[in-house]
Amino acid sequence: MGDTENGEKASKTVFVTVGTTLFDALVRAVDSLEVKQELLKRGYTNLVIQMGRGSYTPTKSGGEDGSLAVDFFTFSSSIADYLRSASLVISHAGSGSIFETLRLGKPLIVVVNEDLMDNHQIELAEELAERKHLYCARPQTLHQTIESMDLESLLPYPPGDAMPVAKLINQFLGFPDD
Amino acid sequence: MEKGNGCYFSIMASSATITFFLIGITLVVCRVLYAMYWSNKPLRKRAPQPVSTLIVLGSGGHTAEMLNLLSVLQKDRFSPRIYIAAATDNMSLQKARLFENSLADETGVSAVKTAQFLQIYRSREVGQSYITSVWTTLLAIVHALQLMIKIRPQVIICNGPGTCIPICAIAFLFKVIGIRWSSIFYVESIARVKRLSLSGLLLYKLRIADEFFVQWPQLQRKYPRAHYVGCLM
Repeated sequence: MGDTENGEKASKTVFVTVGTTLFDALVRAVDSLEVKQELLKRGYTNLVIQMGRGSYTPTKSGGEDGSLAVDFFTFSSSIADYLRSASLVISHAGSGSIFETLRLGKPLIVVVNEDLMDNHQIELAEELAERKHLYCARPQTLHQTIESMDLESLLPYPPGDAMPVAKLINQFLGFPDD
Repeated sequence: MEKGNGCYFSIMASSATITFFLIGITLVVCRVLYAMYWSNKPLRKRAPQPVSTLIVLGSGGHTAEMLNLLSVLQKDRFSPRIYIAAATDNMSLQKARLFENSLADETGVSAVKTAQFLQIYRSREVGQSYITSVWTTLLAIVHALQLMIKIRPQVIICNGPGTCIPICAIAFLFKVIGIRWSSIFYVESIARVKRLSLSGLLLYKLRIADEFFVQWPQLQRKYPRAHYVGCLM
């Protein structure tokens, strides 16, 4: 995970997370040849997939002969560590994963799960994409997004602030402002 | 003649019943409207006393948003705090416990005194059939009623999970009956940008929430009684 490994070229890890759900379409997409090729072209060396409850198992690879090293696991209590050491995060559209990644200042591609029945999650991903905090993709367009993305153009996400709500609640209940 | 008298009496009796019934209905409607009208008004008295606060937790992102809000609320004012989460959701209460323990470390006051953690039956699990959910919904309502009679919180804070609906409905019922006037604060989840969630929509339209907060300006334009407060995350 370090910047230099035995003097060889620095490793750049892509971390894929589906959260507590299952999202086989995303795991299948990142495991596809076209996505892996685009990631290689972009200079990434490792792919780590958190696949959740999904049933599609990606193929592991040691990354010999210049291909992408692929590893996966189902769940981990230290997702934060994986996020921190990643150079790029590809995530499902859950707000928990999105904001955790943005707060760490990592470039993020959110992939929307079109199989969900009540798919309000698209709203959040698209709004944040419009504000240039992340890229938004579908499983089948992920490779195009990776090809065309310009990570320099992403804007840092300003941390949220709960003070306005707290103030209004206090006012409503008649507590004095401090 | 006798037969006519009986008839007369029964007409008298039934018209009396109808009158009482109508008066009853009118009183109930008036009381409901009274509760609705005053629900959105700030409490007139200043509240120097701490208020017992019920916090309804959802899963994942909902809980993270709620804890962000709680971290800036004055703990001495909102005390004791009672956390409630769906019986199938262990993660949320665990996070709330961690949060309370970290507060206890800061202040030196044991979390046992200031916080309580409860679980509530859910009316419908994801993927459950609608026929069995009639029964589970009834069960969930009875359970919520039981808990609410015990807690009778002065303040309820919720941000989206379906579990808050029976709780808020019962709190409103308590307002109408006069058992307890709870102030209900609803913060719509940050994930809702253009449309309210079903819980949010119900609490907004039925005016059950005293104060309604949204995190995106688009929603505030659509629902003018809501307060736009910016992003909590």
